[in-house]
Amino acid sequence: MTTLNINGKPHKVDLPADTPLLWALRDQLGLTGTKFGCGMALCGACTVHLDGKPTFACVVQISAAVDKKIVTIEGIGQDATGQKVQEAWVTLGVPQCGYCQPGQIMAATALLKQNPKPSDADIDKAMSGNICRCGTYCRIRAAIKQVAGQRRPSYEKATGSSRIEG
Amino acid sequence: MKKPLDRPELRADDDSLFIANISRRAFLKDLALTGFVLAAGFSSLAWAEETAAPAQPEKYGADAMPHGWIDDPLVFVAIANDGTVTIICHRSEMGQGIRTSLPMVVADELEADWQKVRVEQAPGDEVRYGNQDTDGSRSMRHFFMPMRRVGAAARAMLEMAAAAQWRVPVQEVRAELHHVVHNATGRTLGYGQLAKAAAKLPVPAREALRLKKPAEFRYISKGQTGIYDGQDIVTGQAQYGFDTHLKDMLYAVVARPPVFGGKVISYNAKDALKVPGVVKVVELPSSPPPADFNPLGGIAVIARNTWAAIQGRKALKIDWSKGPHGSYDSVAYKAELEAAARKPGKVVRNNGDADAALKDADKRVEAEYYAPHLAHATMEPPAATARIIKGNCEIWACTQSPQACRERVAKWLKLPVDNVTVHVTLLGGGFGRKSIPDYVIEAALISKAMNGKPVKLVWTREDDLHHAYFHTVSVERLEAGLDDEGKPVAWLHRTVAPSISSTFAPDTKHQMPAELGMGVINVPFVIANLRVENPEAEAHTRIGWFRSVSNIPHAFAIQSFVAELAAAAERDHKDFLLDLIGPARRIDPRTLGDIWNQGESPETYPVDTGRLRRVIETVAREANWGRTLPKGSGLGLATHYSFVTYVAVVAEVAVNEDGELSIPRIDVAVDCGPQVNPERIRSQIEGACIMGVSLATLGEISFKDGAVMQDNFHDYQLTRMDSAPHEIRVHLLPSTEFDTPLGGVGEPGVPPIAPALCNAIFAATGQRIRQLPIRDQLRKS
Repeated sequence: MTTLNINGKPHKVDLPADTPLLWALRDQLGLTGTKFGCGMALCGACTVHLDGKPTFACVVQISAAVDKKIVTIEGIGQDATGQKVQEAWVTLGVPQCGYCQPGQIMAATALLKQNPKPSDADIDKAMSGNICRCGTYCRIRAAIKQVAGQRRPSYEKATGSSRIEG
Repeated sequence: MKKPLDRPELRADDDSLFIANISRRAFLKDLALTGFVLAAGFSSLAWAEETAAPAQPEKYGADAMPHGWIDDPLVFVAIANDGTVTIICHRSEMGQGIRTSLPMVVADELEADWQKVRVEQAPGDEVRYGNQDTDGSRSMRHFFMPMRRVGAAARAMLEMAAAAQWRVPVQEVRAELHHVVHNATGRTLGYGQLAKAAAKLPVPAREALRLKKPAEFRYISKGQTGIYDGQDIVTGQAQYGFDTHLKDMLYAVVARPPVFGGKVISYNAKDALKVPGVVKVVELPSSPPPADFNPLGGIAVIARNTWAAIQGRKALKIDWSKGPHGSYDSVAYKAELEAAARKPGKVVRNNGDADAALKDADKRVEAEYYAPHLAHATMEPPAATARIIKGNCEIWACTQSPQACRERVAKWLKLPVDNVTVHVTLLGGGFGRKSIPDYVIEAALISKAMNGKPVKLVWTREDDLHHAYFHTVSVERLEAGLDDEGKPVAWLHRTVAPSISSTFAPDTKHQMPAELGMGVINVPFVIANLRVENPEAEAHTRIGWFRSVSNIPHAFAIQSFVAELAAAAERDHKDFLLDLIGPARRIDPRTLGDIWNQGESPETYPVDTGRLRRVIETVAREANWGRTLPKGSGLGLATHYSFVTYVAVVAEVAVNEDGELSIPRIDVAVDCGPQVNPERIRSQIEGACIMGVSLATLGEISFKDGAVMQDNFHDYQLTRMDSAPHEIRVHLLPSTEFDTPLGGVGEPGVPPIAPALCNAIFAATGQRIRQLPIRDQLRKS
């Protein structure tokens, strides 16, 4: 039996120590907001925070997560930045299918907490570990910039044209 | 934390008055008891009409789809005492926003307050809801009008109920934002107060309904309605197929034959069973050809959690046979397709005499284009949960085709269809992969092998890439002749690609009308001598539907080739393209050899070159076509008509000294007719741009010794943020008249991206890309 600190509360997990954190969260604790996408730290769908650092839960064994503060998408709204990121995602209509978005939000929140005014290059670096197959990258960038207090994408209603950029 | 879900999460209130889960028969009984006579407009079951009448004129659109459409408000709307309006969405949500947009249409005609609307997902039941195959970019095209009538009929019933209560003529009342108002006195009654009485009224005749005028729309065309599931998505509460959690549920993965058509010769599960958490190992039967929607067979590992199942599968020792496709090799196959394209093939469209005109042409241009297999790679791989209790199978699945799931599971389990329930979860991407229920059948078979226990079957990324129903692979060979003024006088196109039909009839060697109608025969070009041929191609894997399907290779080849011709004619690409399309006219698609026309009426949906010209002119203007760019940068243009929607793209690229490609900006002009939810249309087009960039620059599934060579995202790469277009500008062509027919949205943005990029690369570097993906073709070695 392992005890994990998740979203500020202790949770008991009865799984072999080498089980990836992802499956402990999803299968045993019912925290299914953290997604499976590749199992090889290639897509970012499983991004959680370990002691504030964005981490791929599909390759972190539960033994390595003991004594660390684990935050998942279910808990990130308790953080002021996390909440702002979630709000920006909704306001700008970022999600399409939404499956990758918990991971995107965890990556974006970690970036903004560490670097409140990220440049385009900073955003590229922080976010390129997270794949979105629906192709919402331009809106993700715009949402990050909105949280950072930079300009919003423009919608020119009259001409029916919209412009999404970072 | 979520509780295990022991009951299907149907959230209909017990006091929902207007429908929700009451059977049609029960409702009829209620009507009989209350003494109402059925109104004529009540029989909205298109499927019944379809099967009843012996001789019919040709059917198109939703009328031609299995089980057609339903517009019965008693099926789609429930109003509770507290005024909460529940609207059923019967199409699958996979990112296109349909769970927002279709209920929004109902809510608008119903004059409902969107804040008081709850959306509930319909289970698979096409007799009740109408067609549920969420594919072909047609949910809104086919259900906009039925859903308007649903809302309008429910609104009329509420108005009648209010008028009856006030004892005033119904003409004196009007519905307004969740209330009915008496015009003269200003009295109001809320929808919740009226629901019970309204439910007892007959549904008005379809012909008697008053639909709103576009100026009266509250939500439709405004683009102000947020995504219904948005909050659930960003807080991790949204439920996908991968997320189903039932009490005492087991978890399974399957080892499938690496080569299509292969089988298990023998296997040893000893080590797999030693993995902690593994419960059982069972063999699943393979299916004889055709592939159809059948599972591939193999060895299933059932465990107490997903990780244990995956580890157990790794420990299996399996000896596979390869079957008839064991030598499928993408390099050799490409050469086969090229050889076929260099010889005459089946003529599928012929105007004039292309051979003679080619011979006489002043200048002759020819080119071959190659587009490889692709896998959908939905971020959520296929997943389904099944349990069987007393001969009833219940499924939870991320599926685009819940009715097909029901029918196939019933067949495999030898149960009546009525004994199979399919709950549709959110889909973490679909793109055509989840139209095919092979994985759902697997889940049902494994549950059966576990005596009906709930089992969640999941696919890993490797499973997904190895066992997709792949996008076809094609060689497109084009030849054209120009006269001494640079005007095209001859066009010969040979398109060679294994057909989706081969998945259902393995001997198929030609593309079917639907594939040929995806932009290869129905080119609306003003060329007197035009021939399209379709030489044979044999399939060696399961070919399926991938977002925009055969439009991808066809648009890539044709739109690249037109740019090549413009260069040969030493003309501006845009001017050349517009001349090739010719004057604005409405062309009967049958005269272009297209008998399919996306399943739509050739009268309602002709090929409108005026609209095609307009998207080209719009995108050229908005992108400032012809603007001066620094060295190494270029603009590329492409257009494509698909899913009865007109799209044109200008891509701006930059190629640096090392040959690295970046995409500062893409402009897209779209004419999809009236825009029901412009905000979601924009997001679909933005997404289509990026999927188009991804397939053009990186996408390739290849085979060796019969098996797929790519395993995961390290070798099947997808576009990431750092290589995505930095800016996407979407230009929606104005269309305020809601009596013009709707076009598709989900798919038509994809096809013109690859040729626009390649044309831009040519403008930037002088290098012509004729083989996808671009990958490192631009690198300086």
